[in-house]
Amino acid sequence: MTLAQFVPFLPEIFLAGAGFVVLLLGIPLGRRGVRPLTLIGVGSLAVTAVLVWLVGRPVDGPVAILGGMLVVDRMAVFFQLLMLASSAVALAMAAGFLERSRYGGGEYVSLVLFATLGTLIMASGGNLASLYVGLELMALSVYVLVGYFKLEVKSNEGAVKYFVLGAASSAILLYGISLIYGSLGTLDLAEIHASLVAVPSANPMLVLGIILVGFGMLFKVAAVPFHVWTPDAYEGAPTPVTAFISVAPKAAAFAMFMRLFLGAFAPEVEYWRMVLWVAAAATMIYGNVAALTQDNVKRMLAYSSIAHAGYALMGLVAANQMGAWALLMYMLVYSFMNLGAFGFVILLESKGYAGEEIVDYAGLARRHPGAALGMLIFMLALAGIPPTAGFMGKLYLFAAAVEGGYVVLTVIAVIMSAVSLYYYFRIVVQMYMRDGSEEGVVPAELLHDRWTEAMIAVCVVITLAVGIWPAPVVGWAKSAISAFGL
Amino acid sequence: MDFQYGWLLNLICYLPLAGALLMMAFINKENSTAIKAWATLVAGLDFAISIPLWFLYKPGGAEFQFATQFDWIPSVGVQYLFGVDGFAVLLILLTTLLGFIAVYSSFTAIADRQKEYYIFLLLLQTGMLGVFCSLDFILFYVFWEVMLVPMYFLIGVWGGPRRLYAAIKFFLYTLVGSVLMLVGILTLYFYNAGGLAAIGLQGLGNVATFSIPHLFTIAPMIPANVQFWVFLAFFVGFAIKVPMFPFHTWLPDAHVEAPTAGSVILAAVLLKMGTYGFIRFSLPLLPDATLKAVGWIGVLSIIAIVYGALVAMAQKDMKKLVAYSSVSHMGFITLGMFALNEAGLRGSILQMLNHGVSTGALFLLVGIVYERRHNRMIAEYGGLAKVMPLYATFFLIITLSSIGLPTLNGFIGEFLILIGAYNHSWVWALFAASGIVLGAAYMLWLYQRVFFGELTNDKNKDLADLNRREQWTLIPLVIIAFWIGLYPKPFIDRMAPTVDRVLERVAAAMPETETAAGRVAEIAAAPGEPAAGEHGE
Repeated sequence: MTLAQFVPFLPEIFLAGAGFVVLLLGIPLGRRGVRPLTLIGVGSLAVTAVLVWLVGRPVDGPVAILGGMLVVDRMAVFFQLLMLASSAVALAMAAGFLERSRYGGGEYVSLVLFATLGTLIMASGGNLASLYVGLELMALSVYVLVGYFKLEVKSNEGAVKYFVLGAASSAILLYGISLIYGSLGTLDLAEIHASLVAVPSANPMLVLGIILVGFGMLFKVAAVPFHVWTPDAYEGAPTPVTAFISVAPKAAAFAMFMRLFLGAFAPEVEYWRMVLWVAAAATMIYGNVAALTQDNVKRMLAYSSIAHAGYALMGLVAANQMGAWALLMYMLVYSFMNLGAFGFVILLESKGYAGEEIVDYAGLARRHPGAALGMLIFMLALAGIPPTAGFMGKLYLFAAAVEGGYVVLTVIAVIMSAVSLYYYFRIVVQMYMRDGSEEGVVPAELLHDRWTEAMIAVCVVITLAVGIWPAPVVGWAKSAISAFGL
Repeated sequence: MDFQYGWLLNLICYLPLAGALLMMAFINKENSTAIKAWATLVAGLDFAISIPLWFLYKPGGAEFQFATQFDWIPSVGVQYLFGVDGFAVLLILLTTLLGFIAVYSSFTAIADRQKEYYIFLLLLQTGMLGVFCSLDFILFYVFWEVMLVPMYFLIGVWGGPRRLYAAIKFFLYTLVGSVLMLVGILTLYFYNAGGLAAIGLQGLGNVATFSIPHLFTIAPMIPANVQFWVFLAFFVGFAIKVPMFPFHTWLPDAHVEAPTAGSVILAAVLLKMGTYGFIRFSLPLLPDATLKAVGWIGVLSIIAIVYGALVAMAQKDMKKLVAYSSVSHMGFITLGMFALNEAGLRGSILQMLNHGVSTGALFLLVGIVYERRHNRMIAEYGGLAKVMPLYATFFLIITLSSIGLPTLNGFIGEFLILIGAYNHSWVWALFAASGIVLGAAYMLWLYQRVFFGELTNDKNKDLADLNRREQWTLIPLVIIAFWIGLYPKPFIDRMAPTVDRVLERVAAAMPETETAAGRVAEIAAAPGEPAAGEHGE
């Protein structure tokens, strides 16, 4: 192995190095260092993005590096750039919030960088072993992040629940991987694919292995019935962490899901499709219905993110070309609209504490018309109303499912997305139709934080731009899935 | 497709949006005069520039004129495709006129959060115009949903006591309908292209496109079972919007709670979206399913006509009465449409305009008296003709137009629909005629209770009559009511090509014998000279 072989691995190496540097710098800087460290973190994410682009730009087909452990292809580049961008946005949003808290910034920023590193490997892994390593790197960093406010009970509770269930799901995933290795004798995705194409197998051990891997992945994307950790972890975690884990790790999990099921296990589609169909339908129904009654915005957004995982699963159920690129596009769209919505949750402060209740939004339109308009745009986008990106994202997923012939699933999806409007608009009702001066209501304060506001503005621009002129993103997503040969 | 003056259509559609954005950016929310002036200017200008469409539209020309076409999302075959036929031109003119009147009528009715109010009104205008202009299904769908948002806010922020409930009910009802319609659209799209894999539906293998003119050409090739499901999906979307019985329950809530201008727009334009959808999409795209659906849609329409009228008669609240009368009138429109002959379809389209004019005016009139008394209960009034003679006159003209008195617009529309219905089946005509009688009953009874008799309520003694502005919101509608009533030919001329093409497309799926009745109707339906005895009153 020569040094030149490591060149395509440079982005990951750089990011790992940056994570350690930030960790070390965090010790002397302490609480004062939140903003400089965040700046370093965002800067290194940006440099990593440039490296990813330089490495991935000349690549057309998949190029295996490090003995097939990682694969550089257009899909990897798409997901990696997406995850770097969303992590950077999440990080920059967090700065003001962390400064207001009593916890330092060094560990926070470095953990986000490590988690992002894990997601990069999940997006480009070419081997079950490397994918698992990426997944665990991401997951372990995120467990700690969820419990980052170590003196708060909710934060601890969320972290413990997440960790215990996450560890169990990792075990299931590993068990599935071992069954697959036992039946095929390889962990390499390309080899698995080749041997399944050559000899389609109904071997129960193999099918069970694939199903168990599927269960593990469903846990990571927070699909029903493996979703129970989500509301507690999302509610308990510090809000910027919630913003982060609802986006980059979820996109990475879907990237890995695609690599496994649309790539390696594609020949066995008849065995796993029904499982995902049921999971998708259950996830959409449960996520949306459960969100209806939530009074805590973070919890509501947690259920909403469960529901969105359900929509995205439709792309995998369809398992066609459109499904694949629609999923890519949806992850992009979802990341920014969700981050934007969480941005407002970060900024809202009620009685010296985070404004997490729906009533905290009362009268926002009167006091801060700009902010209310922004939140309205994100709520419309999450509900899938044009002309926002949310509509364009959902449109292609629905279209892919119809093309696959899964009309019943599509009907469930469209009805549920109409249902979702109700809970998103509970916030809109508070903002525009209550004035916050009713008896017993103390309206929440909207804090001013340049960085968070700037990031929200970025999300608004992306949400509207992709909604009105989606052609470039569609084109990019479409060109990114050539590796699957769908 | 005729691309001449394509820019004009775009300008008409986006001018209100541009006006709203400029207002958002540059006008201070405290400056009430500037807000009203600007909104009136934008809405008025929009109406002014839409008038040329009336003259520039060539009935003998291409099916869709004033077209614009470029790729929007090329990789999935979505185009930015604008274009209108005579039918759409009429609806656009209705929209721009009523939009202007809605703005002009809100000056004193809306005192709170005026800037947002006018912004939403203007945004709504762009959404509605876009629906009538779009010839690409995705573009159409985008406008179709976009317009729900401002309407939701108009009801939810400036509405009556139960506004939150009414607003979300309106939004959810229409949204459920439209998302199901989206599934239908996607099914058609894939049938035209690669087919639907898992259910074994082979596609036609054409280039994937959402272009409506293209989909018209493949309509005869769509198999009956596909037509059935797509028709059902479209039906839910459009029937909720119309609203047809039994999907009408959102309408009374939305109308009663909405501010006056919201009710006007809702009745005059938004309800027409449903019937527009039927005529533009369901009939020509799915002729086979349409023919099979005629029977039960006829039944639903008749129920709407009779039930709507009976419920209207029992109302104590004027606005609710007008709202239920809408259900009844819209039943007429769907009945005439699904008679599937020339007279019925022409009457149906004309009645869409008439309903927009008459019911829009009725909501304005109810709003005027509500503004003075903050009460809409019929029992509160009586003898108003003595204190508000001008108001009583306008109300009378509009009432007569609504119940279809000859020389006024309602007569022509209802008469054509009756002929169409009779040609389909005498049972339809019988029920339709009974609906006209009931309509006359509840409207005249309303008029009697509100305007005649002694002034029983002291609070009404000092009510001011219409001021200049209020008169001018009503005068255009009265002029149009008389125009259509006395000389409907220009309107009929403009809608005739659409009607012919729709019937042609439906006839492709029709057995020979059924078309004969339509021919007879054509002769009988020569507009403007109907035999009085045939009218159902």
